[in-house]
Amino acid sequence: MPLVGDVQEHQGASAPAVDKAVGAAYWKKTSGLMWTVLAIWFVAGFGIHFFATVLNPIHILGFPLGFWFAAQGSLVIFVVGLFWFAKRQNEIDEEFGVQED
Amino acid sequence: MSASTGSKDPFIASLGKIYAGYTGGFAVFVVLLAILEQMGVPDRIIGYLFVFLTIGVYAYIGIISRTAAVAEYYVAGRRVPALYNGMATGSDWMSAASFIGMAGSLYAGGYGGLAFILGWTGGYMLVAILLAPYLRKFGQYTVPDFLGARFGGNIARSIGVTVLLTASFVYVVAQIVGVGIITQRFLDVSFALAVFLGLAGILVCSMLGGMRAVTWTQVAQYIILIIAYLIPAFLMSAKITGVPLPQVMYGFALERIEGLEAGFRAAGMTPPPGVTGFHTAPFAGPNGAFSWSAAFNFFALVFCLMLGTAALPHILMRYFTTPSVREARQSVAWSLFFIFLLYFTAPAYAALAKVEIYQNIIGQPIASLPAWIQNWQIISPYGTPWVNIVDANRDGILQWGEFRIHPDVVVLATPEIAGLPYVIAGLVAAGGLAAALSTADGLLLALANALSHDVYYKMIDRNAPTKKRLIISRVLLLIVAVLAAYTAGNMGADILFLVAWAFSIAAAGLFAALVMGVWYKKTTNAAACWGMAVGYVFTFGYLIWTEFYGLSFVELFGTKEAILAAARQTAALPAASAELKAYAQGLVANAAAIQDGAMSWFGQLILTTDSVVLRGRTVARLWTLNNISGGIIGVPLSFLTIWLVSKFTTAPSQAMQDFIDDIRVPRGGVRLVDRREAVE
Repeated sequence: MPLVGDVQEHQGASAPAVDKAVGAAYWKKTSGLMWTVLAIWFVAGFGIHFFATVLNPIHILGFPLGFWFAAQGSLVIFVVGLFWFAKRQNEIDEEFGVQED
Repeated sequence: MSASTGSKDPFIASLGKIYAGYTGGFAVFVVLLAILEQMGVPDRIIGYLFVFLTIGVYAYIGIISRTAAVAEYYVAGRRVPALYNGMATGSDWMSAASFIGMAGSLYAGGYGGLAFILGWTGGYMLVAILLAPYLRKFGQYTVPDFLGARFGGNIARSIGVTVLLTASFVYVVAQIVGVGIITQRFLDVSFALAVFLGLAGILVCSMLGGMRAVTWTQVAQYIILIIAYLIPAFLMSAKITGVPLPQVMYGFALERIEGLEAGFRAAGMTPPPGVTGFHTAPFAGPNGAFSWSAAFNFFALVFCLMLGTAALPHILMRYFTTPSVREARQSVAWSLFFIFLLYFTAPAYAALAKVEIYQNIIGQPIASLPAWIQNWQIISPYGTPWVNIVDANRDGILQWGEFRIHPDVVVLATPEIAGLPYVIAGLVAAGGLAAALSTADGLLLALANALSHDVYYKMIDRNAPTKKRLIISRVLLLIVAVLAAYTAGNMGADILFLVAWAFSIAAAGLFAALVMGVWYKKTTNAAACWGMAVGYVFTFGYLIWTEFYGLSFVELFGTKEAILAAARQTAALPAASAELKAYAQGLVANAAAIQDGAMSWFGQLILTTDSVVLRGRTVARLWTLNNISGGIIGVPLSFLTIWLVSKFTTAPSQAMQDFIDDIRVPRGGVRLVDRREAVE
């Protein structure tokens, strides 16, 4: 069976593919997005649940709200958040012209 | 299935058709079995057909995906599209614990069990934003490859390999126990034989084709496990609430549970052991009221599971297989979506099963319980029957606290509890098997690759020819698998609690070094090595100390009251050694002479240090923290060590900074500091 060629793609790089200043600006914006998503992660993963006992007396469709957030609400935030992150990061890549060829 | 490259790859282009056909075929198979059941074919045969036919399909995929190419063997040729890699990661991730254990934990623990749901999903946010795209850009074969290239070679690589082996081995043993539980029940064989049957199913998938075979098998396994999980939940929802939408409708089941539990308490019944609060009550302590200790444990567990998820190598290595950085990011989102489908349903599954049991079983005469209870009275590896009927007050009526179901069989037994046709029970068994097998495949591959690629090829024989490397890889896979099956068959449940440790160990050992390696340019080689070692040693040491030498831990960190309590617990242990008992009795006899532990100020910093009797041992709890969340101490220590040592060691070279610049941007190549680190 033949070896696959595409793995050796970038092994031999010797010059930077991206200009240093562009790279720095790109990384600054990428870091900003990282911190934003990290904040969402913290609020959905921990922040809301600090208030579980306060939220639980509120019932919606039979669900105590604090329980619902831990069982389902936070999960929805995680999933939507990740698709949004992937889209946003692609936009940043293209803005700085550092996307893959 | 010969390998080719580029977007015109006919195999990749027809994936949609292949798996749609496969799903349709599986649906027809289930319908056929349902018809056979109606025609009077015995349950046993239905169970056999489910187990053997699904394993047969996985084996077929494993065999046609065999490969002799290194890149195919280690990273599936890097041509797995984001969506399919998401499915493969889903089944790689969702283990026996998720499929057969999670709803059970929720059934038993109510709100407390939700820590697993949050922890095992939230971790993917960290994978996506902090690690996956950069590891993909780095573009080699294994996680230790990254550590070696970023942190100057073999020392960092070996520490990474050590953490990987510790975390993954206990994890894979648990999967094999899971396979054993299912085959034992549905094939009616002994547990030890069941374990080795499962082993054959695992090996046939991964041995010939490595990552390529495992990837395409895992996609197939995902499809079966998700169908098997959702169908009974939809049927139960239709049966109990009238609307087949469990994720929305189980709110009414929760209300009914609350009403029924209040009724049981009013009638003077005691709850099953371990249950204190209501099903939906957060952070309930021993008396059912809010407890700081329970809240602290909940959040600490969520934290450890999340960071552990983001540091487990068998998950991270899946993102080495996508065609691009862009697809790696998208693939994490798809992974979480596919995992979400199951986790989103688990709380509904637990609530619906609880309603069924409360309404149909509790309060019935024990002599006339339904037949399925008989089937589950086989002895578990824990030494008690899976479903344990204990007529404590000898009145012949099943009380609330007298029905004890082990969390691991709630999902497997629910179809029978709810009176669904046996074909559904067989379907669930096939799903559980798919979940356990797929995770075991991924873990075994991670273990064998660490040994063959990182230890043998990178550290022992750099000039080994491709053929020899692949042979060694397969031999090691076989050895690790047999070792894991042997451990599972002989120690079974005694090591199951170690699985929860895998997350703390991976989090404390690897997470900080991986994240800092990408995000903190000044991280030096020495700092990363120290950080990994400190996190690993402290966490693993803490776990062993509190678990096996609980009394000595309390003697150092506890107050005199805590020491006396721990000594009393130890003296009363049935299984403790005579020596330890005599020592504990000595302490109790001289209670007045006991002093506060030397470090008791530290033990009282947040909450107090105490001990509980678990698994036949006195287990110490620093700040009342269960040792399942031991990583809460190791992770910050690891970050702190890396940061501090980086301050005092020479900054990384220009070449290393160039390397980091390259892995941070999707475009272009990667300039390795040491060319010998390149793969192939």
